[in-house]
Amino acid sequence: MEAINPSSGRKDNLTMIAFTVVVLTAPLWGKLIGADYPDLLQRFAIFGLFAIGFNLLFGLTGYLSFGHAAFLGIGSYTAAWSFKLLSMNPIPAVIFALLLSGLFAAVIGYVSLKRTGIYFAILTLAFAQMSYNLAYSVLTPITNGETGLRVLRDDPRIIDTALGVEIQGPLLGSFFGIEMTGYSGFYFCAVMLIAGFYVALRVFRSPFGMKLAAIKSNQTRMEYTGYNPKPYLLAIFIISGMYAGLAGALMVIVDPLAGAERMQWTVSGEVVLMTILGGVGTLVGPLLGAAIIKYFENIFSAINESVLLATFDFLPEGLQEFMVTIVHPFVGGGWHLTLGILFMSVIIFMPGGIMEGIRHLTDWIRRRKE
Amino acid sequence: MSDSNDNYVLEISGVNKTFGGLKALSGINLKVREGSTHAIIGPNGAGKSTLLNTCIAKLVPDSGSIIFAGRDLTDGMTPHGINQLGVSRVFQTPEIFPELSLLHNVMIPAFAKRDGFFKFNLFEWLRDEKQLEGEAMHYLDNLGLSGSAEVHAGSLSRGDKRRLELAMCLIQHPKLLLLDEPTAGMSRHDTNRTIDLLKEIKEGGMTKIIIEHDMHVVFSLADRISVLAQGAIIAEDEPEAIKGHPRVREAYLGSAEI
Amino acid sequence: MDAILIQILNGLDKGGAYALIALGLTLVFGTLGVVNFAHGALFMLGAFVSVTVQNILTISKKVKDESITFFDAYKETPYLEIWWGDTGTMIIDYAVPISIFVAIPVMLLIGLAMERGLIRFFYKRGDADQILVTFGLAIVIQEIVKANYGANPIPTPAPEIVAGSAPVGSWLGLGADLVYPWWRLIYLFFAITIISTVFAFLHYTTFGMVVRAGMHDRETVGLLGINIERRFTIVFGLAAVVAGLAGTMYTPILPPDYHMGMDFLVLSFVVVVVGGMGSLAGAVAAGFLLGILQSFASMNEVKSVLPAIDQIIIYLVAVIVLLVRPKGLMGKD
Repeated sequence: MEAINPSSGRKDNLTMIAFTVVVLTAPLWGKLIGADYPDLLQRFAIFGLFAIGFNLLFGLTGYLSFGHAAFLGIGSYTAAWSFKLLSMNPIPAVIFALLLSGLFAAVIGYVSLKRTGIYFAILTLAFAQMSYNLAYSVLTPITNGETGLRVLRDDPRIIDTALGVEIQGPLLGSFFGIEMTGYSGFYFCAVMLIAGFYVALRVFRSPFGMKLAAIKSNQTRMEYTGYNPKPYLLAIFIISGMYAGLAGALMVIVDPLAGAERMQWTVSGEVVLMTILGGVGTLVGPLLGAAIIKYFENIFSAINESVLLATFDFLPEGLQEFMVTIVHPFVGGGWHLTLGILFMSVIIFMPGGIMEGIRHLTDWIRRRKE
Repeated sequence: MSDSNDNYVLEISGVNKTFGGLKALSGINLKVREGSTHAIIGPNGAGKSTLLNTCIAKLVPDSGSIIFAGRDLTDGMTPHGINQLGVSRVFQTPEIFPELSLLHNVMIPAFAKRDGFFKFNLFEWLRDEKQLEGEAMHYLDNLGLSGSAEVHAGSLSRGDKRRLELAMCLIQHPKLLLLDEPTAGMSRHDTNRTIDLLKEIKEGGMTKIIIEHDMHVVFSLADRISVLAQGAIIAEDEPEAIKGHPRVREAYLGSAEI
Repeated sequence: MDAILIQILNGLDKGGAYALIALGLTLVFGTLGVVNFAHGALFMLGAFVSVTVQNILTISKKVKDESITFFDAYKETPYLEIWWGDTGTMIIDYAVPISIFVAIPVMLLIGLAMERGLIRFFYKRGDADQILVTFGLAIVIQEIVKANYGANPIPTPAPEIVAGSAPVGSWLGLGADLVYPWWRLIYLFFAITIISTVFAFLHYTTFGMVVRAGMHDRETVGLLGINIERRFTIVFGLAAVVAGLAGTMYTPILPPDYHMGMDFLVLSFVVVVVGGMGSLAGAVAAGFLLGILQSFASMNEVKSVLPAIDQIIIYLVAVIVLLVRPKGLMGKD
């Protein structure tokens, strides 16, 4: 399957319009699946961005980074400091998070891209773990260590002070007076997501993207065809890192707290899971994967024994208990077990992820029709 | 053959290469005239591919120089730098982009020719590249592959992969084309078509170095032939002279009829 | 001098664990060509064999506590103590060493099942797929353990007799205040024994020679008509046993919890890479080296010069080695 295709302008415009409509109406259709609360929708958008960005690197070039959590963390800390020093307005937070995560990605990418395959994965992992360990220890003045970086009432906030903006009530991100919480927080994330999706679409439909796919397919050939793959890889690594930085910043914008645990390698693992589950190298897949994981995490981890007992209430008593015992390990705290099994099944049986499944399904329906 | 053209495109002088204790190339001197087709023949393991590898910085020789377009290719040049100077290569095992369509396979080298070794054209549309696409189709057509332009290159037969790789090189209009057994694995019919095509290009003034075992191909195309045996050039002459050369017969051709 | 020696000793036991895990990882990578992210989970499973054995040995029933006379009091008393008295108590005390004998067959079975049931289907898939599926498996194993044993570390003490410290200083004539926990010393010798056994096995048995030849040049060995597939299975089982034993014996040093495997795995990968992917001797050497290096980095004297160096030393070394010697310290090009 080729990720890159020129597509037609009309089709791309339709995709963008459909995407925008779906994202902006999320509170409406969210109701149908019981996801109509802003907190969860925010997470859809934030992790969606994270996964879209990760996929630009992994999906297009095949370089598996196990250290993207570092950029997520850097974005978070930058946004928190922007809140502390400059303004509670999310715009500077986003800009600085993009710049700084891009800068870090440039440095880490430059070094890591000297190697390929498993060695590249380990290098990125090593850098992320170093960032994580440093954030917890020696960088405490910047990161506030285990407690996490908070926004305080007596922070300077130069811009806000100069403009005479005063924060009444709780300290929340404020987009020119609109508090970045609840649905307004979601809509801010949604706009970022739409922008991020648009950029990803352009990458997928550009000569640049096609060259990346060619690098993935046969790097040696690229070199003997007159390309230097390094700047291509570095450019997409930086872009990918900036997506992670943006996602990290949005986390702080909707909830002004940044902690080092966001840099842990399990977070890098999570974005890999999302991307694979949705479909590596597809445009929508990673977003779908992120939404599905966050959705089921939300539902499954909320289920406890009493909920289960109520669910299987219609069964006779012995059977009810039996079902509860069977299902119980997979829900609540056991959600990760379900996730792990799901993830393994996808890799074993459907390496193309959900998007591959959907394609098989549409092919099958088309064949049935004929 | 005319000797009037004394412009040399490629000048290999004193190239040595050893692997471990094995002398793969010893004191190779070779000059290739502009616009000519220079064949290198010799038994397996004679060092033919090794010689081509030193020309594209896949291998760095222990000593000697390879001058192309006023540059020494052995002096810290990168493979992509050499390609950008105007050297393209068809490999012994076809190097293509298996996951990409045939059309994209040919468009990639065309982009390299147009945009150089790096261009950050992230905000251009691939669909706007009509001219380039047309050119790529033209080359696919020339090699009889346009019917499967949308097919993934990985699914092609070995012979078709070779022709695809040839198209990928030709679209770059290289000054020097290196061909490592371009017809191996092809049917007689396809071989003849490739010969015709390569003859056609000759008129465009492209210089070619060709490694080939198929003597039919060699003698249909070559203006000059160098015979390589055990890492050294044992003879170099025009095709007719090579046919009768006693050392060549002994070292390579044996008593076989040509 | 004493301080340096104690740091080396401190590094050696951790280095022993790294070396054992890295040895198995390298064996599997070198022969099967599989990058096994679930290898840390095998280490963790080995540790939980200890926990399980301890749990089984201490299965108890409520017995009336005779020492309390003015009301009826009951206390949990293990059956073993009820049946065999002091002998029973001693058996419980030796739970960890006993676990070794349980761990060998259990880990072998787990390893064989893993290879037959999952890994073998991934020989022909890419690096990324192998990493991802074993990563998924690691999560599953981890979560199963968490569901059954909870999230908190479970103390599994060493036998009473080796609970104290060995007077290493007076043995070496360096002063009596230089002491080193007995169990760590035992762990070190244990690690060396296992490593030597594996090396002896690989060098002096026909099976081992085939495996080593396979690591060197898999195609040729395959062409010789040797059933390499079955040997792969056994190698994987062997690697599982080595990782498992490393975990079983490590429990008195570090009370096991469900995510200890992941913590060690990340470090062990670094060890493997530093040693040189596919080089067994490199893996072992790098394991000990990095253990000692980490131990030195955590000295206060070092930390005052380079703050937090202990937190990042291993990763830093990994980055430098990968850049300077891409194939690791002992890797072949």
